[in-house]
Amino acid sequence: MSSGVSVDLQDMWIKFGDFVAVREANVNIKGGDFFSFLGPSGCGKTTILRAVSGFLEPSDGNILIGGENMIGKGPNERPTALIFQNLALFPLMKVWENIAFSMEVRGASAGERRKRADELLDMIALSDQGDKLPSELSGGQKQRVAIARALCAEPDVLLLDEPLSALDLKLRQHMRTELREIQKRVGITFIYITHDQGEALTMSDSVAVMKAGIIDQIADGKSIYDDPSTAFVASFVGENNCFRGKISKIIDGQAVIDSNRTGALRGRIATGAQGKLSVGDDAMMFIRPEGLSLTDKEASDTRIMAEVHHSEFEGQSYNVFLEGTEGKEMKMALTNRGEAQLFDAGSNLKISFDANQAVIVPVGELASE
Amino acid sequence: MRDQPLLIRIGMSLYLLMFFTYLLGPLVLMGITAFNSASFPQISPWEIFSFEWFSKLFADDRILEGLKNSLYVGFFTVILSVSMGLAGALILTQIWPKLRATYYTLIIAPILVPGVVIGISTLVFWAEINRILGLSPDSFLANGIFLTVLGQSTFIASYCMLVFVARLQRYDIGLTEAALDLGASHLQAFRKIQLPFLFPAMASSAVLAFLASFENYNTSIFTHQKFATLTIILSQKVRYGIDPSISALAFIIVCLTVFFALLNEVRTRRAQLAVANGAPVGAVTSGFKAPSFFAGNPAAVVFALFVAGVVATVAISQVYDPEPAKSVLLKEKRAAQELRIQALQQRLKDKRLQKKMKGPDIFNEEKVGAKPKSPGAKTFGNVFAPNNLEDAAGSAKDKNGLKSKSPGVNTFGNVFAPTNLEDAAGSKKKDAPKE
Ligand SMILES: Nc1ncnc2c1ncn2[C@@H]1O[C@H](COP(=O)(O)OP(=O)(O)OP(=O)(O)O)[C@@H](O)[C@H]1O
Ligand SMILES: [Mg+2]
Repeated sequence: MSSGVSVDLQDMWIKFGDFVAVREANVNIKGGDFFSFLGPSGCGKTTILRAVSGFLEPSDGNILIGGENMIGKGPNERPTALIFQNLALFPLMKVWENIAFSMEVRGASAGERRKRADELLDMIALSDQGDKLPSELSGGQKQRVAIARALCAEPDVLLLDEPLSALDLKLRQHMRTELREIQKRVGITFIYITHDQGEALTMSDSVAVMKAGIIDQIADGKSIYDDPSTAFVASFVGENNCFRGKISKIIDGQAVIDSNRTGALRGRIATGAQGKLSVGDDAMMFIRPEGLSLTDKEASDTRIMAEVHHSEFEGQSYNVFLEGTEGKEMKMALTNRGEAQLFDAGSNLKISFDANQAVIVPVGELASE
Repeated sequence: MRDQPLLIRIGMSLYLLMFFTYLLGPLVLMGITAFNSASFPQISPWEIFSFEWFSKLFADDRILEGLKNSLYVGFFTVILSVSMGLAGALILTQIWPKLRATYYTLIIAPILVPGVVIGISTLVFWAEINRILGLSPDSFLANGIFLTVLGQSTFIASYCMLVFVARLQRYDIGLTEAALDLGASHLQAFRKIQLPFLFPAMASSAVLAFLASFENYNTSIFTHQKFATLTIILSQKVRYGIDPSISALAFIIVCLTVFFALLNEVRTRRAQLAVANGAPVGAVTSGFKAPSFFAGNPAAVVFALFVAGVVATVAISQVYDPEPAKSVLLKEKRAAQELRIQALQQRLKDKRLQKKMKGPDIFNEEKVGAKPKSPGAKTFGNVFAPNNLEDAAGSAKDKNGLKSKSPGVNTFGNVFAPTNLEDAAGSKKKDAPKE
């Protein structure tokens, strides 16, 4: 691993008056990691980033960068550079002056600044655009200038606040890979904020999922997706079918719940929920649409009966919308293997799933779509 | 139905004509009077085209002194007001939100206080301070320029602050944060990011402050002490009768205003044109290329014509000599006067002959004889006296009749005199001591 600088949040609280924006955040970010905060709008992501970069003091707790406590230090004394949600390029300065601003305040000569700015302009593939004003650039170009400006300050930690949110889909996907490449090249710690889960999952070494000021889970992308530890994470990241019921049996990390409408269902207890559930507790079980498949199996605790409501073709897959007993809605995704799999509405299907792909967590709030 | 638009159009044109006449007519008229050799501002009858009032203006020590004082006061007022306005506006953005409204009201208040009150209170306040500090009555704190600058800045700073507040509302505080984040100190962030953003506001508030200071009368009149500003000098002059050198001054001021307004217009249009053509802004703000300067820019053409006109006028004034024409006119006038006097004398002789039986009437003779010899008395009717409009009109008619005989009679005298001040002003004119 590269020798980047670590960032640690220890029991950090941030309050605005009586309103708690961030509750007891404990995060350890390894040096050189690409770390993402993922969460719905207003959950406190920007607030955490502003605390790390020094624009606001946490009400309680510590912020350590490279092991050094940052409490009481201003933004200009911290080894961080923030890429703002709205980029905040200096409108009256030329692109190259923007990029080299951090050198200007350190007293570097114009020649030195120009030279470094040109190097960075090369890196972001805007070589001959240095003499323009920011207002004369396209959205994606501005984005890259903001990144170059932050990198020019040679920060140990680069903080990015939804830098791609203003871009259209194509450019966003392009910039994602570009950002990841830049991060690998410069080897510094990136802390990235997004409410786009695809972005978080594709780019990050680690993801923290937040809900209303609380960090629910910190893990790598695969774990977040396959092994969510709360109902919120399971429902916020990707699509999921949710079944709710009382736990009737627990064996070997697996449990059977008596779902209210669908009957007994068996699944795996989430890693983050182990030890927190016992027989008789209310629990939730989540199965991904792609975890459901057609079967001929006899009735069992991994089989569901359902009626087709409607189905649609989506390129790589068919989405089948199902109605179980008492109107229980489910969604199944079948991989497109070339044969037609559009079902007539009203036809009855036998559906099964792998108990290891059905995740059981304690009952909790679901993410509202 | 069809001719209704035409009617409306004619109505609109008439309205516009009247509106602009009302707006600009006085200025144009006054400008023209500056070139008439008649000794009070008038265009009819036109005597001789001449530049003499400009020479007289530049030879008038009091006006020049007033101008100098006004420029001094203006200069310091601009510096003080712009910096106080900037500071006030910055504090407004920093202050605790709950106090903001109160603070705003407080700092705007001087605009609402009458200038007279500000003038008097400034005078009283600093006199008091002067006394408390035990300084001599003619110390620095009692200096007219100092007091006038402070007095004017009290409310002009508020104007400036409004300009800054408007500009600051469009400032993204994120820019300052970005600068801090990139390692700038608070001072650097202010100087390199926020201040340049405020430059346009500084320029416009400086112009505003200067104009407000230059035209101020009601505050300065109390605070100026020995340093009368231009407005004060002019108002004093008007009381003692004015001549067209005031028109000349007005003409110069109007020309300067037009010059800067046009210059500004040219610059804006150029920028707009260039941006519309997709040129980078950098290309607009640098370099002067004659063909592109005029291209599609009517303001530039007008500007060039205007400058050419001014240059031509100044050149002509150096060459043009109205004296020959003037002496001809003078001779004509003298001849006409001579004739008139002869006629009068003839009539008097006749009268005397008639009266010889009853006795001589010397008083009557003296009065009639004196009139043509005292130009400047009974000057220009009470043009502005509300109750005397009819009289003024009447006397204007009279003047037309008399004109060829006595050019200087009735010069613009008691411009501000209400109904019956004519005599008082006349007598003052004779015995008012010069300051
Ligand atoms: N200065 C402030 N004073 C009071 N409340 C604030 C302040 N700044 C943020 N908040 C509140 O804190 C919460 C978190 O805000 P934050 O900006 O961190 O959201 P976010 O996760 O970045 O959302 P988004 O994805 O929309 O940018 C919000 O409810 C917001 O209203
Ligand atoms: Mg945010």
